[in-house]
Amino acid sequence: MQSKSRSSTPYPWLKPAVFVGALTPVAALLLHAWRGELGANPISQALNQLGLVALIFLVAALICTPLKTLFGWTWPLRLRRMLGLFGFAYATLHVSTYVGVDQFFDWQAIIADIVKRPFIFVGFAAFVLLIPLAMTSTAASIKRLGYARWQQLHRLAYIAPLLGILHFTWRVKKDVSEPLTYAFVVGILLLVRVVAAIYARRTVMLENLKSA
Amino acid sequence: MKNLGEIPSTAEITPEALYLRRREFLRNGLLFTATSTSVGAGLLWLMQGNRASKPKSSARTSSLTVASSSSYNTTEPQTPYEAITTYNNFYEFGLAKSDPATNAHTLQPRPWTLRIEGEVHKPLEIDIDQLLKWFPLEERIYRMRCVEAWSMVIPWVGFPLGDLLKRVEPTSRAKYVAFTTLFDPEQMPEQREQLLDWPYVEGLRIDEAVHPLTLLAVGLYGKELPSQNGAPLRLVVPWKYGFKGIKSIVTIRLVEEEPPSTWNITAPHEYGFYANVNPEVDHPRWSQASERRIGDFRRRPTLPFNGYAEQVASLYTGMDLRQKF
Repeated sequence: MQSKSRSSTPYPWLKPAVFVGALTPVAALLLHAWRGELGANPISQALNQLGLVALIFLVAALICTPLKTLFGWTWPLRLRRMLGLFGFAYATLHVSTYVGVDQFFDWQAIIADIVKRPFIFVGFAAFVLLIPLAMTSTAASIKRLGYARWQQLHRLAYIAPLLGILHFTWRVKKDVSEPLTYAFVVGILLLVRVVAAIYARRTVMLENLKSA
Repeated sequence: MKNLGEIPSTAEITPEALYLRRREFLRNGLLFTATSTSVGAGLLWLMQGNRASKPKSSARTSSLTVASSSSYNTTEPQTPYEAITTYNNFYEFGLAKSDPATNAHTLQPRPWTLRIEGEVHKPLEIDIDQLLKWFPLEERIYRMRCVEAWSMVIPWVGFPLGDLLKRVEPTSRAKYVAFTTLFDPEQMPEQREQLLDWPYVEGLRIDEAVHPLTLLAVGLYGKELPSQNGAPLRLVVPWKYGFKGIKSIVTIRLVEEEPPSTWNITAPHEYGFYANVNPEVDHPRWSQASERRIGDFRRRPTLPFNGYAEQVASLYTGMDLRQKF
């Protein structure tokens, strides 16, 4: 009898809940660091964990659109920007830990690393690609750029995690099963999009034929 | 009617709209909590694969009698026992650094037989406890530099490999020494996986093997080696990257040709047979110019031959160490 007093957006708890959940990794890291539970090499441990969490969020942001394509769900789309921004935030923490803690601002060594080591270069490239995405993540940016151009730019959202996965794969000494799992997931998500795009084009063509 | 008390003031009365929406608030609150908890738990679960859990120290090792200490000992601060025994690369027990400490309890370091064979006049098959009676044990405090650019200072207990090799009298054709780790998936569960070409093998040139710095270690910090550190017998070659220090050795074979070594087989362009610590020859994927000493905040420069150049550089005169990395 009071249905009209319900809030207009469905699942009003969704976004704040994901936001709070997304802070768990950094909270867990701080807690472990404080209790000395990051193992014998805490810096390398924190570095690896932050990088991994960044990748998880970047992949999670890519899941949203295919979920709508496949199941017609719209609620994941409302999380997409936030997930992507969390990916960027964790990537920033990862890079800052590398620069400020692991290398302790030894710029010479850092530049040498980026230039000489493909493993670091692709990781750095992935981070740099995320910067324009984060900067144009607002609705105002979509308006300013125009949707078509904005969408084109945001296709980088696929390139960055793929570079991140390459970075992850080249880092490990032997077992590549974990990075390959993420590669597999991104591959599936790309496939969904490609198939959906082909399907949409065909539908448009058929409609055109009919109307002709 | 006398016990009803005063009528509450209007401010205290729940507004009707809110009263009617209490179920919705409750429901949203529960959904909020459930969602944030599952997102957090899911993330922590995904991070697990990469996490260093704090392993239970399964080390129940007894003390060793150390006869002497060595002039080769470094006076640098020693890495704590806790770190040495919980941060290990021993893929026979898992890939994560904390895995060996958690899983190596399946290894049975007693009884243990060591075989020495190949180009020797007196081949040998000996029980580890008998072997320990043959040689006075020395404490050797060595730097250990991992190829992954971290390092430790470890007080090993052991005896020079050269002393043992003298006993078996190598023939004139013995140019190299080949070592083999135990192969037993019951004791080393990850040998069921195709991670490396099991069993782990390593090798040294004979002059490297008989160098007085080269040690067969049976203990650390005055106690028997914990399983995760390569019980009951492992190789320590302090001027080479840590992976040369093959663990849980069952066979030593003297041979004429350069023997295979596991990491060299796995990735020949990344890990050479010699694997001498060399800040000027980078790993193809990362720099070897500096290292992090476990427990330190700042990196430190890596020294040629891990700081043992004075003792060992002469072994390699005339050799191109960039090519023979």
